[in-house]
Amino acid sequence: MVLTVIGYILVTIGVLFLFLGALGIFRMPDVFTRMQAGTKATTLGALGTIIGVGFLQPEWIWKTLIIAVFIAISNPISSHALARGSHKIGIKPYLKEGGVDTYAEVDEGVKEA
Amino acid sequence: MSRFTFTFLIYILIWTAFTSSFDPQELVTGAVLSFIVATFSYKSFTSEGLSYLHPRKLFYIVKYLIVFFIALVKANFDVAWRVINPKLPINPGIVTYKTNLKSDTAKMFLANSITLTPGTLTVDVIDDKLYIHWIDVKSTDPETIYKEIGAAFEEILKEIFQ
Amino acid sequence: MIYFLLIVMLLAIIFCAARGLLGPTASDRIVALDNLTTITTAGLVLLGFVFQRFIYIDVSLIYGVLSFIGVLTLARYMEGGL
Repeated sequence: MVLTVIGYILVTIGVLFLFLGALGIFRMPDVFTRMQAGTKATTLGALGTIIGVGFLQPEWIWKTLIIAVFIAISNPISSHALARGSHKIGIKPYLKEGGVDTYAEVDEGVKEA
Repeated sequence: MSRFTFTFLIYILIWTAFTSSFDPQELVTGAVLSFIVATFSYKSFTSEGLSYLHPRKLFYIVKYLIVFFIALVKANFDVAWRVINPKLPINPGIVTYKTNLKSDTAKMFLANSITLTPGTLTVDVIDDKLYIHWIDVKSTDPETIYKEIGAAFEEILKEIFQ
Repeated sequence: MIYFLLIVMLLAIIFCAARGLLGPTASDRIVALDNLTTITTAGLVLLGFVFQRFIYIDVSLIYGVLSFIGVLTLARYMEGGL
């Protein structure tokens, strides 16, 4: 009974954060800020949903834990690869007045060499 | 030898979680398969071996997981606040972060943790410099960047990997 | 209760798909795709609970692994280093 309540709370929080992540992807102004909103919110959202289902069905908990650990490791890696790739093909990050981009120098150097 | 045992233990743990049963037949099959796979892969799987199971390191690993989880939840409320706010309060930029960690595994964990903590995203790692996209740049001074972004993780990771 | 959650998840998928369709550059679309796959992985697990079928968990695990590899491949291809 207690497990069911915890499970429902976790699943609700997870789905809520999945929705916020998607909203962030829709609203943010450029690739990098979209990635920020997307990666963080969907990672916690997926973790919450999957572990919540593990609490609702206690005999599934081990496999759900494996999926959760895999998502927690793989999501930052894929977003890192995407961020590097987008910067390399010349997409400039959205900067406000006086914003800095120290990676641009390194990137230029790589292209000329 | 210690590296081989560590790899074998991890594999058999994963196998047990996959089958989620303690039936002897499953366990024997898992042990044989883990032995064969560990023979081929232990050299590239780990470089430290059983020393990760030292009580002091285990304590720091648990502490790391707790710190990491708190940071992840904080990051999410931060993102939620920024997304819901109709004015979209962001001031993005890419800054350079110098790390003191030597081992590659430690750097990978640091980069992944930074990606999942409030307002930061690792763009690239070159030697000891991490290029980090920061959604709300507070200052460009290296000391402040070090303290704001990764000091808490770096101290714990130093204890685990060195 | 659980059906309401599934509707919220559907809204999330719609927002992601809209960004995928609108996205001005290729990397915007890949970011949207990356998040769609994560949402789908979580959604399959939730559907497994709704239908009471254990097999959905296995499907979700394999889907997660394959989508991770797929997004990495797309990112490398975009960068030009495949």
